Amino acid sequence: MTWTDYIPPLLEGAWVTVQLTLYSTVLGAVLAFVFGIGKLSPNWAFKAVSVAYIELFRGTSLLVQLFWLYFALPMAGMAMGIDLRLPPVLAGVLALGLNIGAYGAEVVRGAIAAVHQDQHEAARALNFSPRQTLWTIVIPQAIPEMMPSFGNLAVQNLKDTALVSLISLGDLTFRAEQIRNFTQDSTTIYSMLLVMYFAMALVVTVIMRGLERYASRWRTARS
Amino acid sequence: MLFGFEWDLSSPLAFAISIMPILLTGMLVTIQAAVLGFAVALVLGLVWAVLKSAPIRLIAWPATVITEFIRDTPLLVQLFFLYYVLPEYGIILPAFMTGALALGIQYSAYTAEVYRAGLQAVPADQHEAARALNLSTARTFTHIVVPQAIPRIVPAMGNYLVSIMKDVPVLSVVTVLEMLNVAKIVGDRTFDYLIPLSLVGGLYLIMTLVASAGVRLLDDWLPKQGIPLK
Repeated sequence: MTWTDYIPPLLEGAWVTVQLTLYSTVLGAVLAFVFGIGKLSPNWAFKAVSVAYIELFRGTSLLVQLFWLYFALPMAGMAMGIDLRLPPVLAGVLALGLNIGAYGAEVVRGAIAAVHQDQHEAARALNFSPRQTLWTIVIPQAIPEMMPSFGNLAVQNLKDTALVSLISLGDLTFRAEQIRNFTQDSTTIYSMLLVMYFAMALVVTVIMRGLERYASRWRTARS
Repeated sequence: MLFGFEWDLSSPLAFAISIMPILLTGMLVTIQAAVLGFAVALVLGLVWAVLKSAPIRLIAWPATVITEFIRDTPLLVQLFFLYYVLPEYGIILPAFMTGALALGIQYSAYTAEVYRAGLQAVPADQHEAARALNLSTARTFTHIVVPQAIPRIVPAMGNYLVSIMKDVPVLSVVTVLEMLNVAKIVGDRTFDYLIPLSLVGGLYLIMTLVASAGVRLLDDWLPKQGIPLK
């Protein structure tokens, strides 16, 4: 086998990595908004849940979370008499999404808190309800502030997907491991693997830059 | 039995208590790996920061590309690379050392940015004033710039130490017996993953909360105007 023969199986794995990244980033973004807004909510129950979620998933290791969902959760389910065995894909997407969502929630919270106080006062003076203020005044201004951090988190998430190979999910790293076990050609395979991850990270960066430009298109000048 | 500690399967609570010493032994390895990796990241990051700010483009440009490459590739893959490729070139390190090296290399790309940002945050006026006072470049750095940069650099570095701690479980793939790996082994042998893995989660939460509180205290304690190096 020469290095060109490694390409088809690696690309197959890369496709799984791309899907995982996409799903978990979308899940993470949704969670980030829900709990980022929740942490600023006047409703104490919502706030408490948000704080607990953020602390729990930022305070523990992603690999611990992944193993817990994959190995420990089925046992918790068994004790309660429910079948909580997750297929590896679901465990992977959940762990990655929950983890990156907690980091994203802090970004969302920070960006919302950074919107100028005058904006809230002006919205109040114009008789906007709190909900209207949040969705039509505050969040549209906060999103451009979040985008650079979201870009970093998306790349972080892509890198983190490599960990799912440890719960036997056939992603890029898993395929590379398989080929290495077969051929023992470590140097070539791991070099290719590093380059492929780097290339994917560059693509993610370009996409996130595009989204950033799109989100801040109405901005005339930096204030 | 692991590390000489027997587990007691008579009840969940007894099991949890009996495996605590085992997990704490693993935790010690986790902390050691994190500290060693952090030390590598601090030194290597400084090297990258110096190279990246070199006036000669032939040095600065490759350093930028390399750090970007390190930052954009997964720790797990870098670890595999070091663990399987280095021995082919005659460099044989124990798994623990390889793991700490991988952590250090990955995070050096981040710490380089912290150094750069910290040094750049010192206002240009300070450089000009030092120049007006006829201080040499070396004295400007050791007496003016670095003391003012330290309060900006230290808290950010502390946060990266916490991040490194959370990445240590990745080393379990190269047989390092850190906390998660130990819990997994206990689970493999007793067929109970729920209690060991939940305990690891709890211990991690305690570790990161304590470390974050430490970073905050350090941040409060550091004089904001800078630390004289004399």
